[in-house]
Amino acid sequence: METLIGLLVAAPLLGAGVLLTGGRRLDRTGHLLGTLLSLLSFVFGAVLFVNMLGKDADQRALHSHLFTWVPVDGFQAQVGFQLDQLSMTFVLLITGVGTLIHVYSIGYMAHDERRRRFFGYLNLFLAAMLLLVLADNYFLLYAGWEGVGLASYLLIGFWQHKPSAATAAKKAFIVNRVGDIGLSVAIMLMFTTFGSFAFADVLPKAQDASATQHATVTGIGFMLLLAACGKSAQVPLQSWLGDAMEGPTPVSALIHAATMVTAGVYLITRSGAIFNAAPDAQTAVVTVGAVTLLFGAIVGCAKDDIKKALAGSTMSQIGYMIMAAGLGPIGYVFAIMHLVTHGFFKAGLFLGAGSVMHGMNDEVDMRRYGGLRKYMPITFITFGLGYLAIIGFPGLSGFFSKDKIIEAAYAKGGTEGWILGSAALLGAAITAFYMTRVMLMTFFGEKRWQPDAEGHEPHPHESPSSMTIPMIILAFGSVFAGALFSLNSRFVHWLEPVTGHSEGDSPVSAGTVTAATMVCLVIGVGIAWLMYGRRSVPAVAPRGSLLTRAARRDLLQDDFNHVVLVRGGEHLTRTLVYLDHSLVDGVVNGTAASVGGLSGRLRKLQNGYVRSYAVSMLGGTAVLVAATLLMRAV
Amino acid sequence: MSFPLLTVTAVVPAAGAVITAAVPAARKTAAKYTALLFSLATLVLAIVALVRFDPDGDRYQLTESHAWIKDFGLRYELGVDGIAVTLIALTALLIPFVMLAGWHDADPLEDTNRRWRPTQGFFALILLVEAMVVLSFEATDVFLFYIFFEAMLIPMYFLIGGFGDRAHAGGEEEAARQRSYAAVKFLLYNLAGGLIMLAAVIGLYTVTADQLGTGTFSLQEILAARGAGKLDIATDTERWLFLGFFFAFAVKAPLWPLHTWLPNAMGESTAPVAVLITAVVDKVGTFAMLRFCLQLFPDASKWATPVILVLAVISIIYGALLAVGQRDIKRLIAYASVSHFGFIILGIFAMTSQGQSGATLYMVNHGISTAALMLVAGFLITRRGSRLIADFGGVQKVAPVLAGTFLIGGLATLSLPGLAPFVSEFLVLVGTFSRYPVLGIIATLGIVLAALYVLVLYQRTMTGPVKAGIEGMADLKARELLVVAPLIALLLFLGVYPKPITDIVNPSVHHTLSDVHKTDPKPALEAKK
Repeated sequence: METLIGLLVAAPLLGAGVLLTGGRRLDRTGHLLGTLLSLLSFVFGAVLFVNMLGKDADQRALHSHLFTWVPVDGFQAQVGFQLDQLSMTFVLLITGVGTLIHVYSIGYMAHDERRRRFFGYLNLFLAAMLLLVLADNYFLLYAGWEGVGLASYLLIGFWQHKPSAATAAKKAFIVNRVGDIGLSVAIMLMFTTFGSFAFADVLPKAQDASATQHATVTGIGFMLLLAACGKSAQVPLQSWLGDAMEGPTPVSALIHAATMVTAGVYLITRSGAIFNAAPDAQTAVVTVGAVTLLFGAIVGCAKDDIKKALAGSTMSQIGYMIMAAGLGPIGYVFAIMHLVTHGFFKAGLFLGAGSVMHGMNDEVDMRRYGGLRKYMPITFITFGLGYLAIIGFPGLSGFFSKDKIIEAAYAKGGTEGWILGSAALLGAAITAFYMTRVMLMTFFGEKRWQPDAEGHEPHPHESPSSMTIPMIILAFGSVFAGALFSLNSRFVHWLEPVTGHSEGDSPVSAGTVTAATMVCLVIGVGIAWLMYGRRSVPAVAPRGSLLTRAARRDLLQDDFNHVVLVRGGEHLTRTLVYLDHSLVDGVVNGTAASVGGLSGRLRKLQNGYVRSYAVSMLGGTAVLVAATLLMRAV
Repeated sequence: MSFPLLTVTAVVPAAGAVITAAVPAARKTAAKYTALLFSLATLVLAIVALVRFDPDGDRYQLTESHAWIKDFGLRYELGVDGIAVTLIALTALLIPFVMLAGWHDADPLEDTNRRWRPTQGFFALILLVEAMVVLSFEATDVFLFYIFFEAMLIPMYFLIGGFGDRAHAGGEEEAARQRSYAAVKFLLYNLAGGLIMLAAVIGLYTVTADQLGTGTFSLQEILAARGAGKLDIATDTERWLFLGFFFAFAVKAPLWPLHTWLPNAMGESTAPVAVLITAVVDKVGTFAMLRFCLQLFPDASKWATPVILVLAVISIIYGALLAVGQRDIKRLIAYASVSHFGFIILGIFAMTSQGQSGATLYMVNHGISTAALMLVAGFLITRRGSRLIADFGGVQKVAPVLAGTFLIGGLATLSLPGLAPFVSEFLVLVGTFSRYPVLGIIATLGIVLAALYVLVLYQRTMTGPVKAGIEGMADLKARELLVVAPLIALLLFLGVYPKPITDIVNPSVHHTLSDVHKTDPKPALEAKK
């Protein structure tokens, strides 16, 4: 069985290798090979899952050591895998949704001449993401962590001839690198504190260490949070996610909604023992989560680009997960549960958006949609189910998972609990608003279609079955996953052995929370209907309030970055380039010249009298050597 | 007497240089193949040395020792430790690629004088540099080392000054002027460093002569005498001598603020020569810090450590920032190298196992990754006839393989996990952090800047709409692919499995650390108990 874990990663890695080096002869079959290997990985995952279910809850973890990666005195980095319930959950999500999106891409990318390469990158992503969740130590996790960053870079910039895509890809990588500093420093702190960075060494000792090394453990927590902020697009490192929508839509669905961006949640949950021992770091985590869940939701309200509206939503939903993970043992399980249900419905929503774009000449502006439900019935129904799931319509997936997070936030207790719980409730209302807005602008109301740049009138049509079937399957997940997980607290029992779980002590009853959530939902949907359902949607965006305008610009984060970091950085480098030439070079040359009393000669040299200088240098050397040796002899 | 493998490893390229230079003017292809053959023979010898080297054996192996000038205690002494034997292998490995990449760089123009033989000269000089570099790695006699350390400047000077880049914005005349300025600057900086080192070498000799009765330059003898308590250099003297040695190596490495010759030299020379400078010749500087500074002057090394570490961190950040601001592809890579040499020096003087093993591995990985990036950049520049970033754009559309290999070289330069430089960079950082946390964290900022200069370069040259002058650009040819593909394969292999190198290097690092009486800091949790 242990060998299967390695094969799980190897299959898509092989696919990436073959597809990216195979050349043109694979153009006709490459996408099928890529999909097949992704499916194979899923099958391996399923076999391991069935095997795992057959064991007792505390006997389920599998370990597989492959080889020593970096053997240096004191620093022993291993390539080893650990498959427990937490990684198993991710494996199924990654390979399952991953395979569906491979299938979808066969149709979506059918007319792209670089389709083979696209599938190569997708396979590379799967391999790196699986490495990330299967690694049994932080150093190997780091490799997967940057590996998914690379895949994300390559896929956001897949249409590199578009400058906007190339810029977005670069931005995503660089912002993520800022987060990676966090992970690097965290690993170094672990090494200097515990002498190791393997989960099996660090995590059991974290509690122990916090007694004597409290500041260090808190520091590790903060550094891990920084890493999570980068990868999961949390404030203040969220600015790359909206731009990442430049990538092909299947990429947005898989990487920038369902899997990669949730890696931060994985990291924090996996490192639960560290955060449990560092309450200050936990406070920082919940703060980041709460701020981001509102930030993303507000941005999502103002965007007219369907993918960017969904990106704002992703940011917000991950904010929920991060907040839940920051709550400690009362929240870990629900963070992961929401992560999985979100994986279904958000991937489904993105694929739906891709299907709409496919039928509308790649138009992304929702103000140019309208009335599409009649033309794309399957897309409408699957997107609609995803919509109901994300706003938390009773009985659907999002209802169960989000409700639990709000409950857990209140259960944190004290003022903190009230603030977090209320933020989460407010977020639920805003979610209902912006998602209803997307729904109404796209599928309802009158047609506002416009011909594209080349003058082609849009002829919306339903997408081919390779695209609709994945959408239908994801819609099933969006509807039923939550109920399935919540029945008899099944998901809690499944993850509890790894993450630990406690109910907490909520000042508010579960029934009250559910009722409040429902009220928020109705308010959000109601306002959206008043603004976008009852009234017709203008084809050109109105000027909007100050907040709307700020939200359209991602709440001015990019403007801040531009003025402070980009401009400031440009000035700094330009100044340094100038100084390097005039000052450093000049001073060093000048010192050398004056020390040797050679300034006149140096000028002569630069005019080209090299040979005379070389000769005099050589002569000087000879004299020096001779003199010293002579002195010795005397 | 056993087979003098080390001598032969250096004599083969030297003999190759002579033979290549003697090939008649009309037979330039024959000259190229001759040179390539000799470089491959050297590679075989270097691999034999690598295989024969026993990591668990004596510190210095394959030793050769002969008296040379008895009156002055000069000896012809060679020997390699794990670090030297690895770097010799790196050098021997890179030279054939440098030659293949520069296959047409020195072809004579149609109308040149028939007696002038640039092709023969170019290839002979490369072999000559190789011989000098190999001898520098092998010499365990300080004066012998000094001779080769200085002698390699001469062929390098002619390679930079004589075979500059034909792609120059300012025209042929301006190119020649810049080239000769760069070559002179290279020579002056390194000669100045060398002269100061010479004074220190002689100083060391006088100290040994005073205390031991007979003066010696032999590293082994000096170490043995110190071990036996017969040699005890006064603190002040040791510091002055250390500074003399270190200055020369810091110029060559190069360490901020002595780096300004490097961008000129790398910018004006052809890409293969630039690789020769940064990947091969400069490595002698960092190598010599490990071998001579730390071993001969352990106390002075520790005394100077704080300042050197700060300069190294400045190099890392400063080099990276300067790289971000460059408009010339080759100068950008040169400043990136300044940053990378900062990492190497940081690792050496952090004085931890991780730092020094990492620094040695870094020398190897930087050699391979810079070669990959710079040589592809060279192919790109030759095609366009310009090295200004602004003259490129959209290359991936017309030459996807070239763009892809350029990206991989770039990703290696920014230390992406899975590629070799990641392992060494992380080792250096963690080795620094465990003793100097603040410096470690500042150096870590370098990983963001590296991403910035690499990806900005890639974006501006390779992506976006196809620019004028790029439309007809050909993709990599078979010869060029033959250069790049093995380097990339090596980057991948060493990124996943660096064990073959670390196994050879670790024991040598262990020796060096015990020379300076340093042990790794214990994990805080254990230290408490």
